[in-house]
Amino acid sequence: MKLSRIIANTGEWLSGAGPHDQIVVSSRVRLARNLKGKPFPGWAKKAERVAVLEEIRTAVEQLPEMEESFSEKLDDLSSLEKQVLVERHLISREHAAKGAGSAVVMNTSQTLSFMINEEDHLRMQAIRAGLQLDQVFAMINQTDSELEDTLDFAFHNDLGYLTACPTNVGTGMRASAMMHLPGLVMSEQVNKIINSVNKIGLAVRGLHGEGTEAMGNLFQVSNQTTLGETEEEIIGRLNKVIFQILEHEQNARQILLQQRAETLLDQIGRAYGILCHAHSITSKEALNLLSFIKMGVDLGLFPSNNRLHVDELFIETQPAHLQKGLQVTKLGAEERDSLRAALIRAKLKQMPEPEIGKIPTNGSSTTSTSSTSETSEES
Amino acid sequence: MFCDVCKSKEATVFLTQIVEGKMQKVNLCEGCSKEKGVNDPTGFALADLLLGLGAAQEIDKNPAGNRCPVCGFSQADFKKTGRLGCSACYDAFAEGLSGMLKNMHRGSIHTGKVPAKLRVGRLRNKEMTELQASLQKAVQEEQFEEAATLRDRIRKLEEESHAEAILSQEPSAEVNRIASITQSLGTVEPAQALGVPKPRKQS
Ligand SMILES: [Zn+2]
Ligand SMILES: [Zn+2]
Repeated sequence: MKLSRIIANTGEWLSGAGPHDQIVVSSRVRLARNLKGKPFPGWAKKAERVAVLEEIRTAVEQLPEMEESFSEKLDDLSSLEKQVLVERHLISREHAAKGAGSAVVMNTSQTLSFMINEEDHLRMQAIRAGLQLDQVFAMINQTDSELEDTLDFAFHNDLGYLTACPTNVGTGMRASAMMHLPGLVMSEQVNKIINSVNKIGLAVRGLHGEGTEAMGNLFQVSNQTTLGETEEEIIGRLNKVIFQILEHEQNARQILLQQRAETLLDQIGRAYGILCHAHSITSKEALNLLSFIKMGVDLGLFPSNNRLHVDELFIETQPAHLQKGLQVTKLGAEERDSLRAALIRAKLKQMPEPEIGKIPTNGSSTTSTSSTSETSEES
Repeated sequence: MFCDVCKSKEATVFLTQIVEGKMQKVNLCEGCSKEKGVNDPTGFALADLLLGLGAAQEIDKNPAGNRCPVCGFSQADFKKTGRLGCSACYDAFAEGLSGMLKNMHRGSIHTGKVPAKLRVGRLRNKEMTELQASLQKAVQEEQFEEAATLRDRIRKLEEESHAEAILSQEPSAEVNRIASITQSLGTVEPAQALGVPKPRKQS
């Protein structure tokens, strides 16, 4: 199957639905595995890497869940194609930089992807929309068990699955959720949350950029440790923290609505205004403004059937996605900025202005009280 | 902002590095940055600094030698990249790594998934360790009846694991040779084929 056919469709993790998907964009679990007795990719000679690649690729392609799949060596993909896969979170930035001896395999719904010869011989991930780490783990765990029949993974009696970096040894598992946290950023609570989560062996990181400078207010919450706990224990701890962050975000939004409704409406209104009329916009500005629009949809200021348009813009405005449909080889930054602005204008045209009256602000609650009193006077 | 290492002095050196594909920030005070060799880019082990402070120093203490006997990876390579060369490196650098792993993780023994192929043997090993401890205790307490039961159980486990080891072995050249002889014998009586005179029937 051709890559262009796969990336013509939005991945399931973006277009699909899942629990709490307004705030938890996606859940992902990645497992790192290495073949027994073979040097890790970073230390292996090219011939050894190629042999490992062939062995793993054959095993992966034969999985029943990979019947409809895309499989390609990295040196047969253009840099633009690789970048598109990075922007979709299907391969890592490090993997995209690899050449001969590395490959990527993924299914058509883009829920499963396999990086062969990244830092480890195999890194496989499952990703789905919303908060469903348990289901996503079950998916990738099943795949791992199937692969065990044909592949001998490096496993140590005390240390578990062996990985190139000691930070991944044990379960070899990195579970994460991508969260949209504009409320916590606006109320300046996000750094406090990041610090406390980091103290309990989990990590919160900006998806692009750090702390309050995280672009698009998107954060990734993940486990830091992989040794000494079962996969289920790690995911259980992570789930608990994600729920807490989720509640903090909902609270923060509630408080903003009650105490700073004007600021909130102003931000969303300005974001809408700029995005509807800009003719040149950087990726950073676009993501930050889109974050307000996304929150506006959550708050009911925009019809909910616009949700997917907005979510897609987060990905579609990324540099490689902007250029993927074009024949030109490479656009300059300025050309990209104007192309991005045009794309956003076109998409937002289908979206009505924010309906300020829909928001339960202080202002509107006063209005409703006064109207009630009027009604009572009349009767 | 305080220094991440001593957590007491004001940080003046700010580092951002990509680790595991993610940005990591480290803030250090003047003193700690010098001590960690941050100003000397060649001596600066990032994985060490970020992931288990002092790990590179610990691995230096490893008396087993500087290189992994299987893949030839050296401690200097590890210091530089924060990655190991092969699975055997974990044993080659075990002593130095153990402190690092302890700092990095929540435990030092894997308790999660085990590949199905290894599961039976692993359970048996665990049982064996427990049985041996109980046996020792029983002997010390002079509970010989119990000790005898435990000893029998241990023998049985040993036999099981021995039998499984034989079964899981690739058929060796010797076994194949015997198999091919047996096949070539066909319907001829074995003794005849091997040139052993047939016992004369008593008439
Ligand atoms: Zn310091
Ligand atoms: Zn090695």
